[in-house]
Amino acid sequence: MLKTIDRAGEPLVRLSGVGVQRTGRWLVRGVDMEIRPREIVTLIGPNGSGKSTTAKTAIGILKPQEGTVLRRSGLQIGYVPQKLSIDWTLPLTVERLMKLTGTPSASEIAEALEATGVAHLAKAEVQALSGGEFQRALLARAMVRKPDLLVLDEPVQGVDFSGEVALYELIRRIRDRTGCGILLISHDLHVVMADTDTVICLNGHVCCRGTPQNVVASPEYLKLFGARAAETLAIYRHRHDHTHLADGRVLHQDGSVTDNCHPADGHHDRAHDHGHDHSHGHTNA
Amino acid sequence: MLDGFFSRALVAGIGLALTVGPLGCFIVWRRMAYFGDTMAHSALLGVALAFLFQINLMAGVFLVASLVSVALLLLQRRGALSTDALLGILSHSTLALGLVMVAFMSWVRVDLMGFLFGDILAVSRTDIALVYGGGAIILGLMAWLWKPLLAATVNEELAEAEGMAPERSRFVFMLLMALVIAIAMKIVGILLITSLLIIPAATARRFSTTPEQMAVLASLIGVVAVLGGLYGSLHFDTPSGPSIVVAALVLFLLSLFSFTRRPAGALQ
Repeated sequence: MLKTIDRAGEPLVRLSGVGVQRTGRWLVRGVDMEIRPREIVTLIGPNGSGKSTTAKTAIGILKPQEGTVLRRSGLQIGYVPQKLSIDWTLPLTVERLMKLTGTPSASEIAEALEATGVAHLAKAEVQALSGGEFQRALLARAMVRKPDLLVLDEPVQGVDFSGEVALYELIRRIRDRTGCGILLISHDLHVVMADTDTVICLNGHVCCRGTPQNVVASPEYLKLFGARAAETLAIYRHRHDHTHLADGRVLHQDGSVTDNCHPADGHHDRAHDHGHDHSHGHTNA
Repeated sequence: MLDGFFSRALVAGIGLALTVGPLGCFIVWRRMAYFGDTMAHSALLGVALAFLFQINLMAGVFLVASLVSVALLLLQRRGALSTDALLGILSHSTLALGLVMVAFMSWVRVDLMGFLFGDILAVSRTDIALVYGGGAIILGLMAWLWKPLLAATVNEELAEAEGMAPERSRFVFMLLMALVIAIAMKIVGILLITSLLIIPAATARRFSTTPEQMAVLASLIGVVAVLGGLYGSLHFDTPSGPSIVVAALVLFLLSLFSFTRRPAGALQ
């Protein structure tokens, strides 16, 4: 199942038709995704839509039950998990946190902390940091590994709006400086930075994908995120082939209902292509 | 130097305290106090089985404690019961099984109190060699495992993603715990082993700024507790194992006191 990609210029990670199952239920299915050097890919979707599952499968924490995951050989990964609480009993300064999985030099640590703007907190205990400071410290820790691929699971949680903007700006600068690929997870496209190259909208499967502008304009995005998302949109005509029911099942255009939605399940005449197709009226937003 | 029973007790106790410091820190950081207790309680089942099959006592305890930790990991993965309930079941049923089996074996005379509360004053030169030999192995492996174990303690998935193989280090850590229990049983007894792991580590927390500092301090505080407990037991004619734990408790309480007055103080 697991192969490595070793040709230069190839994607860092490539997922093809990946599905992950837990206790008999598919968390995600039919996910195709690739991340290249210098590329920022953002996964969005509501809670429980499989964003974290997809990211964890991409970096090898979870094993897929179907499909393949290819990683470039010797891929160095820097990971900022969604939930990270450090027990008070563990004495850990920001400086010590930097050396958690690697052995960076003192100057590398200072540089990373400087870049993320928490150099003054090097000697502080991590439990004493504010939400924003902690996220920056975690970002510095992932960065100091000089990763080829940086994976950030909801990096702006617990950060106020101006802090969010600053953090996204920081993430973009890291990409510009190091040339690493970035996989970003967010639950809201509105705060996803404009620098994202590809947005993948998940809801148990890939609902739509494209540039941020394209995704915001897609009816699938509209349905997932509801009225608030709709406010930002003009009426948009689009052809779509399935509807997510309230109980999580999927109503297809051919009238059938399935437990989940999968490009290869035979209910889709075009597998989730949300390109511009203005021939059909948009219903049920 | 090792001629008197008291000096043998001191040497064995110091060796054990030095060994368990770093392990105790991980038990505290990973919130595994009850887990350690469960493994320790299963030691009595190990003792009973060792008598039954006429194998070395320490080997029996090591095997049973390892098996219990593996059983717990497997049951946890099935996820039918909470870890807390599983620990409660395993902890007391292995202890009870051990007691029942020992009672059945009328042909062996077992000093039950010695196993439950330790008999440090009866340690032999062989025991001392085991404490220091086993201690060297444990500390060596802990040094080797330190980075992955610490990374997994902070976040299991982060350790996995960044290539630190958390499963392997957790497995080796379990084996080390089983080994410590096998070695420590004779000194502080089955019921008090975890306290020697946890109390010095908890005491060291208030004086440490890095995990490594806390591990070393926990060992040193353990040594002080052993010295205080043994001399106290000599002076007041109290049982030695419990006296060591009481001495550790006194140090812990003192650390609470000094903490409120000098937040960043060093150990006196």
